Amino acid sequence: MKVKLEDLSKHFGSVVAVDGINLEVRDGEFVALLGPSGCGKTTTLLMIAGIYKPTQGEIRFDERVVNHLPPKNRNIGMVFQSYALYPHMTVFENLTFPMRLQKAPRQKMKERAESVATMLGIGDLMDRRPGQLSGGQQQRVALGRALAKEPDILLFDEPLSNLDARLRLSMRGEIKRLQLNLGITSIYVTHDQVEAMTMADRIAVLNGGLLEAYCPPNELYDEPRTLFIANFVGNPPMNVWSAEVVQENGAYHMRNKDLDVLVPPERGQKAAGRGSVLAGVRPEDISVSDAGAAGEVYIVEPLGRDDLVNVNVGSTNVNVLADPELGLKIGDTVHLRFNTRKVQFFDPTTERSLLWA
Amino acid sequence: MTWKQRLGNAVPVILLTILTIPVVAGYLWIIISTFSTRTYGLVPVDREGKFGGLTLRNWAFLWEDKQIWNVTLNTLLLAVLLTAGVLVVSAMAGYALSRISFPGRKAFLGGTLILHAFPSVTLLIAIYFILRQISKIPVLGKGLPIIGGFGYNTIGGVALVMVALQLPLGVWLMKGFFDNVSWDMERAALIDGCSRLRVWWEIMLPSIRPGIAALAIFTFIGGWGAYLIPYTFITAQERSTISAYLQSLQGDTSPVNYSRIAAIGIFQLIPVLIFFIFTQEYLLSIFSGGTKGGT
Repeated sequence: MKVKLEDLSKHFGSVVAVDGINLEVRDGEFVALLGPSGCGKTTTLLMIAGIYKPTQGEIRFDERVVNHLPPKNRNIGMVFQSYALYPHMTVFENLTFPMRLQKAPRQKMKERAESVATMLGIGDLMDRRPGQLSGGQQQRVALGRALAKEPDILLFDEPLSNLDARLRLSMRGEIKRLQLNLGITSIYVTHDQVEAMTMADRIAVLNGGLLEAYCPPNELYDEPRTLFIANFVGNPPMNVWSAEVVQENGAYHMRNKDLDVLVPPERGQKAAGRGSVLAGVRPEDISVSDAGAAGEVYIVEPLGRDDLVNVNVGSTNVNVLADPELGLKIGDTVHLRFNTRKVQFFDPTTERSLLWA
Repeated sequence: MTWKQRLGNAVPVILLTILTIPVVAGYLWIIISTFSTRTYGLVPVDREGKFGGLTLRNWAFLWEDKQIWNVTLNTLLLAVLLTAGVLVVSAMAGYALSRISFPGRKAFLGGTLILHAFPSVTLLIAIYFILRQISKIPVLGKGLPIIGGFGYNTIGGVALVMVALQLPLGVWLMKGFFDNVSWDMERAALIDGCSRLRVWWEIMLPSIRPGIAALAIFTFIGGWGAYLIPYTFITAQERSTISAYLQSLQGDTSPVNYSRIAAIGIFQLIPVLIFFIFTQEYLLSIFSGGTKGGT
């Protein structure tokens, strides 16, 4: 089923939680709503679920406007961060509760509950109560409850946030695979950019109730439309400095009082002659080498595969991913080489990208 | 364990023991005196003041006094009516106040608190007039079977008044319990296909069972031991309650048999104990939830 949000807004009193969002989710697509807490992503999801009524705008399922359709008639499956299982019911009763409300025949309820439970590996927990399950098992039951009713749309509200890191990783893959196999249109709210990047076909970035971007993960990473996206997407986050781009002898230089780096002309020319701009380079595009800008190591954070090294070049702070075998220590002097093929430029006042319209 | 640790453990036990002695002694006295002709402190004595004089005379009311069973049934009826009324209204009002925003919600919450602060004695006269008015309503006033009606001098009327006086506490208590049920669970139920009423009945009420049990116990005990309101608004002896009956035994003109009063007091305690046994599991149950984190 297609989902379409048209100029959707939600106000709580004088607070604007969601501000005129336009978004279309294709049939069978997996879309992530990504943003920091309080950006309006959960509010948007709850409007799609029918819990909140939009202040303005329309929600369409396929072509039908569903603004006033109560949640129970939307045929939605939803998974919550807090699992929201019914504590007084067994796993089986939880799984079949939506079907019981639809007065489905007993046999059908049993079959579907069992097939979903097998699919999620919770078949042996049917008689337990939520209080007797671990967090991971509870989340599987919650997912099963959403799937067992065979919904047209699946909604996820940060479903993995309460799980430990390792479990989160495996559940991430499992949800993605399930969604692909079942082909159910899914909308997934998260503040974790890794989750959004790994799972979604397209990502909608929300900030302060506004839709900042809506595009596939790679595009979000390589062509951030705003400074906010550049900062939010990618881990460790992008380095952003104030700099000026100048053209000298046909080459473009990105310059501030500590750095002077060559940038590719097709990117440089868009930022040249504008005075001070914000320049962004990701830590993985900077390396420690024998020559280049010299700086002093300020902090070393071992990440296992790499060391995240924070280097002070004069008063400019640079995060670099370095090979742990270099054995860098605090206070060492290092030289940095900048790979500016993927440099980003932003207007300092509007914070919009100068490269990507 | 060193002697220091032992002393540290012993101090609170000794302190609590000392503090509990008066209470325990009181109960002991009641129990002993119900089986004695007279008591001398905690020592049962006979008429001459010598040790002994144990007797079952004080419990004879159970088979000799026909009125006791009548009053007991009346009291039970009153307590059950009161509990049912308070539970139904509190659970619904508490849910609405916890979950639905409507005009006047804050004022209502504040208002009920103020009402709760009113001592019911000050309301007796006004309530009397209201009950007299209700009595004039045909059938509902004083023509109903069993409960008699909702007017003056009926068990239903007393229950009605007591429900009203208990509601502020009940509503607040229920609201507090509903506040603690996560919104997500309610949303999940709405999405799963419940109507609001169904959510309340199938999801919310089972989630606050300990709260309901607590309210039921306190209300039942309140109704069972109620004295002032039943005594004031029921004049017919065949509709009177245990507490009022106890009062009638302490006449000004005849000598008072305290041992007998103690026996009836113990008798009055029995249903409360039974009720406790059945509900304590809910009261003490640590809430095992189906949610974790979030709101």
